[in-house]
Amino acid sequence: MELFRNTNIDFLGKKWYFLAFSLIFSVAGLLSIFFWHGIPLGVEFRGGTLVYVKFSQTPNLDHVRQAMDRAGLKNPRIQSFGPVSDNEVLIDLGLQETSEAALDRGKTTIIQALQTQNPANEGKQDLNNSGAATLEQYLLQKDPMHLGTDAAAQYHALAQTIEDFRNKQRGGILASADDLRGVVPAEVISSLQEGFYASDFVVRNVEIVGPQVGGQLRHQALMATLYSLAGMLVYLWFRFELIYGVGAVVACFHDTIITIGFFSLLNKEISLTVIAAILTLIGYSMNDTIVVFDRIRENIKLLRREPLADIVNKSINQTLSRTILTSGLTFLTVLSLYLFGGEVLRGFSLALVIGILIGTYSSIAVAAPMLVAYQDWRARRAGEAVARSVSSARNKGREKVKVKA
Amino acid sequence: MNKNLLAKTLLILAVLIAFLFGIFGIPSSLSGKGLLAALQSRIHLGLDLKGGTHLILQVQVNDAINADTDRSVERLKEALKSANITGEISKPDPTNRPELIVIKGVPPESSSELRRIVGEKLPDYELASGAENSWTLTMKPSVANDTRKKAVQQAIETIRNRIDQLGVSEPVIQEHGLGDYQILVQLPGVDDPARVKEIMQSTAMLEIRQAVNGPYPNEQAAMQANGGVLPPDTVLMKGNALHPQSGEENTEEYWLISRVSAVSGNDLRTADAGHDENGRPDINFSLTGDGGRRFANFTGSHVGDKLAIVLDNRVQSVATIQEQIHDQGRITGSFTPEQTQNLALTLRSGALPAGIKYLQEVTVGPSLGSDSIRQGVRAAIIGMIAVMVFMLFYYRAAGINADLGLFLNLVILLGFLGFTGATLTLPGIAGVILTVGMGVDSNVLIFERIREELRHGKTPPSAVDQGFAHAWVTIIDTHVTTIVSAIILFLFGTGPVRGFAVTLSFGLAANLFTSVFVSRVIFESILNRHQRGEALSI
Repeated sequence: MELFRNTNIDFLGKKWYFLAFSLIFSVAGLLSIFFWHGIPLGVEFRGGTLVYVKFSQTPNLDHVRQAMDRAGLKNPRIQSFGPVSDNEVLIDLGLQETSEAALDRGKTTIIQALQTQNPANEGKQDLNNSGAATLEQYLLQKDPMHLGTDAAAQYHALAQTIEDFRNKQRGGILASADDLRGVVPAEVISSLQEGFYASDFVVRNVEIVGPQVGGQLRHQALMATLYSLAGMLVYLWFRFELIYGVGAVVACFHDTIITIGFFSLLNKEISLTVIAAILTLIGYSMNDTIVVFDRIRENIKLLRREPLADIVNKSINQTLSRTILTSGLTFLTVLSLYLFGGEVLRGFSLALVIGILIGTYSSIAVAAPMLVAYQDWRARRAGEAVARSVSSARNKGREKVKVKA
Repeated sequence: MNKNLLAKTLLILAVLIAFLFGIFGIPSSLSGKGLLAALQSRIHLGLDLKGGTHLILQVQVNDAINADTDRSVERLKEALKSANITGEISKPDPTNRPELIVIKGVPPESSSELRRIVGEKLPDYELASGAENSWTLTMKPSVANDTRKKAVQQAIETIRNRIDQLGVSEPVIQEHGLGDYQILVQLPGVDDPARVKEIMQSTAMLEIRQAVNGPYPNEQAAMQANGGVLPPDTVLMKGNALHPQSGEENTEEYWLISRVSAVSGNDLRTADAGHDENGRPDINFSLTGDGGRRFANFTGSHVGDKLAIVLDNRVQSVATIQEQIHDQGRITGSFTPEQTQNLALTLRSGALPAGIKYLQEVTVGPSLGSDSIRQGVRAAIIGMIAVMVFMLFYYRAAGINADLGLFLNLVILLGFLGFTGATLTLPGIAGVILTVGMGVDSNVLIFERIREELRHGKTPPSAVDQGFAHAWVTIIDTHVTTIVSAIILFLFGTGPVRGFAVTLSFGLAANLFTSVFVSRVIFESILNRHQRGEALSI
């Protein structure tokens, strides 16, 4: 089976359309970056406190907000996370509630505020938000099974069993200690009932980033990306010519700006995993561009007499089948990741979905035309230079004109 | 099959077996469960995939410099005293310039003597004269840098000791390349980091010093009792007083404590939580040989005096020295059993050379980690199958080549991860996806080129030959470019960016092997069996 055979599309003839298309998208993105949403940064870059809470039932966001207000937290961002059936809520305290002096104060306040939402359970600990270590400590102290010498090891294992059962079988939330029947001995359950109550939520995920780290990470991710682009430029310079490296790097820049612009327009956060996706798309875009360049280089050797524009067009057409196939197939993988990969991978796969489309487009519509544009410019400048030197020589004396002529 | 082809095929099989070993090791059983368990023990998943706590902390290295300069101040005071030079020694700005010591009011005639003393006793400092008979001593930058680096190394050791004692499995504790004096701590499986953080953070600086006088109910009383000026070489320290009736500690009191310690936490050999005669929790400790000797000297010459156990600059208990003590001691105070356990643990693991500050804390719940794994793996498998089916459909028999190559590529990539012990993180999976993409691309490049050569009327063997030869140039360029960028990302990046770079470089190296060498061998063996002139299924 073959889809594209002997295509003969005049890609370079459409360069003004391409330019318009690229400009519209990059300018829209840049406008959004500078005047609208900015670059929405993930918590690891901007710093702040994020707490993901899962409830046993669909949470009422207004109640959650009231609880946060009562606890004195200023303007937290509260929104549901993932599909509604997950009963998950994201609470974002931003940087003003995050100080390096007491990094987890915001988290503790949130947990306490949610715990006071639960019916009075004075003096008891929260079964759903206690780790295995806390359970172990408690059991060791109470010793409900009256174990002798190896109590420590046994309670350690029991605490682990309880935690595993809670997290793996019950999605992190036990309705009460009774849920553990059949999992641990009855005397352990009754002992737990004395010391613990089961709240209606569990903290699934916490991200607290102090202001210092965020800035460093931002700087470092940016520098690493720029250095790696420079490295690719140097390699292409060495293998082809400088202009090829410049063209490829400009195309990658173009893709990155448009992808980040998309994230800005959609107001989606750029997290560390999105950065990984952007690095991936730079890889893809570079790959695509080099394939076309390689063909151009080969064709330049074969068809010495043809103008560069024709050679470029021919090369793009010859590799078109491969370009579409590869991009289509990787797009398939990434789309599957976007559709089935779950909430955590959503931002990551979105960046790849956008990036692969743009990356494929840019190697045809940005990188290759740049080669031709550069050659035209150089030819024009050389012409001008000749003209200039002729006119200046004319002023100085006739002999030189003769030489030039 | 000719000999050459046979050798190549054997090589491919050997690689397959070697990397399968890299992934699974030697599994206990060949059942699905046994293989899964073997896989899990060989391939390390990052915290973002399996859940746990990730902390970044910063060592307050100025603390360590301060401790050094404090000791130097003491040494200088003694030296000046014995040389009969007057002068007031102080540290003008311990918070911002901990490396600075100032001496004021040294008579001009003693200058040369002062130079001699500093040169002899404090070679790590630069001496400079200032206005009005004042001198400044600055710790040499190279020495200060050394001190800071050592503080970070010692903090890493101490934290590792403490975490090991807590029984956290496979912790990662290492210097964090990003920023200054930062340490990265990863605790797989810990989703409630409060206790670990507390134990990691406690400086647990233990000292035994002479209690010169006291107790006083408050600071003013202490100053009054000493005529407004503290005796030389003493400091005032806070402690907890036992309530006279109940025996509960509930009020604060102050002690006049000697500035120099007889022994410190570094001299400890062991420390264990226990109970005293009245069943109250306490900590028993024993000293090292050297520390024991110094302690024996000290207690021998101070029989009848009082001795204070000072923990983190707070007096824990004071006792009268009844007789010479050699190497055993006990810390009593109002402790809960949990506190004595934590304290014994931190004492055993050694003191932190400097305070630490938490900069980042990320906790991934275990359920979330396993959810993202399950969904990610499912999505990746769906995507892979779609790609493989398409390749079969589009390139017919040659599609089998591509699919085998892709499969072998994944085996080698995972095997690399198993052999090197690198961790697979979410960004690492991004690297895998790019690898798969470029693997498919290499095949497509080669196949398209072969088709093109066939269209030009070449025979199948020569088309395959030419196809590989032309595509090889392109493949090398794309792969080297991407590997160059991956290496740079690895050098300049940290954590997640590095994870991406590692899987990507492994994957691309594997791909050069599978899509060029392996695929070529398969083509050759097909051509070998073909009749002359028979068409190639591509």
